[in-house]
Amino acid sequence: MAKKIRLIARLDVKGSNLVKGIQLEGLRKLGDPNHFAREYYEQGIDELLYIDIVASLYNRNNLSDIVRKTVQEVYVPVCVGGGLRSVEDVRAILSAGADKAAINTAAVKRPELISEVAAAFGSQCMVLSIQAKRSGPGRWEAYYDNGRAHSGYDVVEWAKRGVELGAGEILLTSVDNEGLQRGMDLELIRAVSQAVDVPVICGGGVGCAADAVAGAKAGADAIACAAVLHYGKETVSGLKTALRAAGVEVRHESDRH
Amino acid sequence: MKVTVIDYGLSNLFSVQRAFTHLGAEVEVVNQPQQVQEASALVLPGVGAFQDGMDGLAKLGLIQPIRDKAAAGTPLLGICLGMQMLFDESEEFGLHQGLGLIPGRVVRIPSVDTDNAPQRVPHIGWDPLLPAQGRTDFGGSALAGLHPGEECYFIHSYEAKPTRETDRLADTLYGGRRVCAAAACGSVLGVQFHPEKSGPVGLEILRGWLAQCEGRA
Repeated sequence: MAKKIRLIARLDVKGSNLVKGIQLEGLRKLGDPNHFAREYYEQGIDELLYIDIVASLYNRNNLSDIVRKTVQEVYVPVCVGGGLRSVEDVRAILSAGADKAAINTAAVKRPELISEVAAAFGSQCMVLSIQAKRSGPGRWEAYYDNGRAHSGYDVVEWAKRGVELGAGEILLTSVDNEGLQRGMDLELIRAVSQAVDVPVICGGGVGCAADAVAGAKAGADAIACAAVLHYGKETVSGLKTALRAAGVEVRHESDRH
Repeated sequence: MKVTVIDYGLSNLFSVQRAFTHLGAEVEVVNQPQQVQEASALVLPGVGAFQDGMDGLAKLGLIQPIRDKAAAGTPLLGICLGMQMLFDESEEFGLHQGLGLIPGRVVRIPSVDTDNAPQRVPHIGWDPLLPAQGRTDFGGSALAGLHPGEECYFIHSYEAKPTRETDRLADTLYGGRRVCAAAACGSVLGVQFHPEKSGPVGLEILRGWLAQCEGRA
């Protein structure tokens, strides 16, 4: 059966700025995240992913204002992560207009949080975010605090456990490939997408349309792109055209505005 | 046009609210029986588990007022979980009673597709709206402005099975199977997808629904 994937724009935010790093480090400021969000919406992006990349370091979450502003004019799903530590934090971000919460650090520290969020808002709201760093051949370890701290968890096992606990989706980011724009970790995508029965959003490494095609063919249910879009190397419709040409189904452009 | 959005504690109401105000409607968010009784057009949004949703409505004393309004012909739009609650019952975590405004049952999406290959549940993604069997288009409904095949955003683990084919307005395709995307019965309309998150296509559906509400008022 032909597979249909989602194309997601990942917007890493620090303070009020859109930023982009390499392997989650060395951040560069790119501007107003809402400006980028609107642009991608108009280009036909399927979903937006906001990550407050310093929130868990400073124990805070300041994305509510940005999200509230985004959803004033952007009518696609918005997933938000970074610094969400409790059911109350998730409630706050959902009431600001987010549809899903991506949780990494707090879930590593207290896996029951996954079940609590799923019970309160449904599994479809609970996205388990996993930062995967290669630890050996065919093995990856889950990191948190933006790839700085290691959990000791095997990525595939952690993904499976997360789904058992109630995660309705996995956000899988390759720390090794992130920001390099030299292609995705296809082996990682294959390993995780075969291990779980929920959708897997894969990110880290897309530098051109062919990288997204390879990620989709390796088993990703959604591809998260950042640098390739932020730096204007590709447009949303350029990526979609290439995916379609390679036999990967994507949402069609709408002629309505 | 005034739209009354029912708040029973389970939703991202902000996006629904925003989509309607964008379309020029006046929106009020309510949780009192009397406010529901006075509404001229009702929206029942919702995410989360079926039983939690019904409990939320029951606790606020909203079940009977919603049924009364539907019986009186007030337009009622259920979105996602709000759509599922319009049916008689759901199999989500045991068998639970719904509002009973559209005959049928809500069941789990199968874990395999028509090729018997495993498929993802929840179903998350943008999928096409197709006229239900026996229809050639969406004429006469809130979806009338759509071309068959236009895509909307779905996120759900359970699907509604209307008892009567005639209540089925639109289907989508998931894993090679037809899944009920929209069901309508009298003044009651339920949509499994999120029109408020489905870009210009979703807004067109909400615009169509508002136009129908105005026609009835």
